[in-house]
Amino acid sequence: MDGVHDLGGMHGFGPVVLEEAEPVFHADWERRALALTLATGALGRWTIDRSRHVRESLPPALYLGSSYYEIWLRGLDRLLAESGLLDTGRAADIDDGLRPGAAPPAPAAVPWPTLRESLERGSPYDRDADAPARFAVGRRVRTLVMHPSGHTRLPRYARGKVGQVVAVRGAHVFPDRNAAPDAAGAARGSIRAQARPTSSPEWLYTVAFDGRELFGADADPTVTVTIDAFEPYLRPADAADVTADATDPADDADAADDVENRGTA
Amino acid sequence: MSEHEHDHTHGSSLSEMDARTRALESLLVEAGLVDPDALDAIVEYYEHEVGPHRGARVVALAWTDEAFRERLLADATAAVASLGYAGRQGEHLVALECTPDLHHLVVCTLCSCYPWPVLGLPPVWYKSPAYRAKAVRDPRGVLADAGVTLPAHTAVRVWDSTAEVRYLVVPVRPAGTDGWSVEALADLVTRDAMIGMSVVDLPADRVDDPKDAPKDDHVAASSAPTATEG
Repeated sequence: MDGVHDLGGMHGFGPVVLEEAEPVFHADWERRALALTLATGALGRWTIDRSRHVRESLPPALYLGSSYYEIWLRGLDRLLAESGLLDTGRAADIDDGLRPGAAPPAPAAVPWPTLRESLERGSPYDRDADAPARFAVGRRVRTLVMHPSGHTRLPRYARGKVGQVVAVRGAHVFPDRNAAPDAAGAARGSIRAQARPTSSPEWLYTVAFDGRELFGADADPTVTVTIDAFEPYLRPADAADVTADATDPADDADAADDVENRGTA
Repeated sequence: MSEHEHDHTHGSSLSEMDARTRALESLLVEAGLVDPDALDAIVEYYEHEVGPHRGARVVALAWTDEAFRERLLADATAAVASLGYAGRQGEHLVALECTPDLHHLVVCTLCSCYPWPVLGLPPVWYKSPAYRAKAVRDPRGVLADAGVTLPAHTAVRVWDSTAEVRYLVVPVRPAGTDGWSVEALADLVTRDAMIGMSVVDLPADRVDDPKDAPKDDHVAASSAPTATEG
């Protein structure tokens, strides 16, 4: 979605202000907000992509006027409500029209030993690929011009731009699909079936752009910017059409389907 | 409310967030969805156990152990795991080595992606709209905001963390540190330098007399600069 969270390149926010000897937390409620976010996340009712999408769906003024832990806490109200775990009555900060269905059986609190193991293990996002990577290191690619209303990790400043693949990171879970509300919600009938999250992977590349390609002739010529871009975001640089329609039907049929489905999440 | 706290809550009163958090915690505990002891343990883990001291050790090892450096640059996730550092928000780590000709700067323009297992939780400035907006368009400008001026010939590469790859910057090792211990070197490496928002310098009192450089833990600890401000 083209939200205010997508800040790259914007003007008007002033200088970056660093804090000398900054503490990890600035207030006790920040400690609790972090802990509640991680402890409830461990219940497995939403994906990290869903939580990001919920946070970026906060009303723009509220998002920009909130500290980051405040954004997390407001997002958590929404995640708890839409997953049927707990309705705090505050979820209306974010409303995308989806309603929780009947409450699923409540999961049990995750005890610290299990939580610690899970935090230390993490959740690797690489998956076995269904097909070989389409682009190799050195290949020039152009990012799509697209404005999906759902979740995407292709920032606005890097759409429709030509860059070069500098690394192939493997096939990773595709956030644009994985950000859909939880599968349990879909099973309860409260959420459109096609909006179920799926962890089916896409190839992930690091793509480097000349700063002038992104920000114009006045940009610093010594600057390069990279993004990590999923294969459905990319076309060969010489492809004429950088909208969601692929230029080579034989080559791009699958990718085109993915692009069309992206907005449903 | 202190002026300091006001700065970081941006218009929403501290007491409101405090009350909301307490209310939510009570409801979740009552519903059996979270364990209060686990909440305390999570805070302890991220406030005291995980932090930039880990990344600093990684960097110092890369500076002193060529085999480790090569492993780190080839597969940072595995190299870092060999030191016992792994986990959430660090599942796919990549190390970026700075040189006199190339400086790396890491940002997440879309949210706050950050390599937790090696740097801990991100500082407020890293999550701020100002940094997220400006870093990709004007990296020398954000470095200037941090008081850092790079030579004009040094190229700058900004890494926007838009997927689950997490980046750790390996700064240039400062001159005059030959023969220093890993511990003494790690004390020089700041959190901000591992994001690319700073460079590693010798403290002023060491520049003129490198022969006094500490070579054991005790001396390093007693004269350490504030390397672990996170």
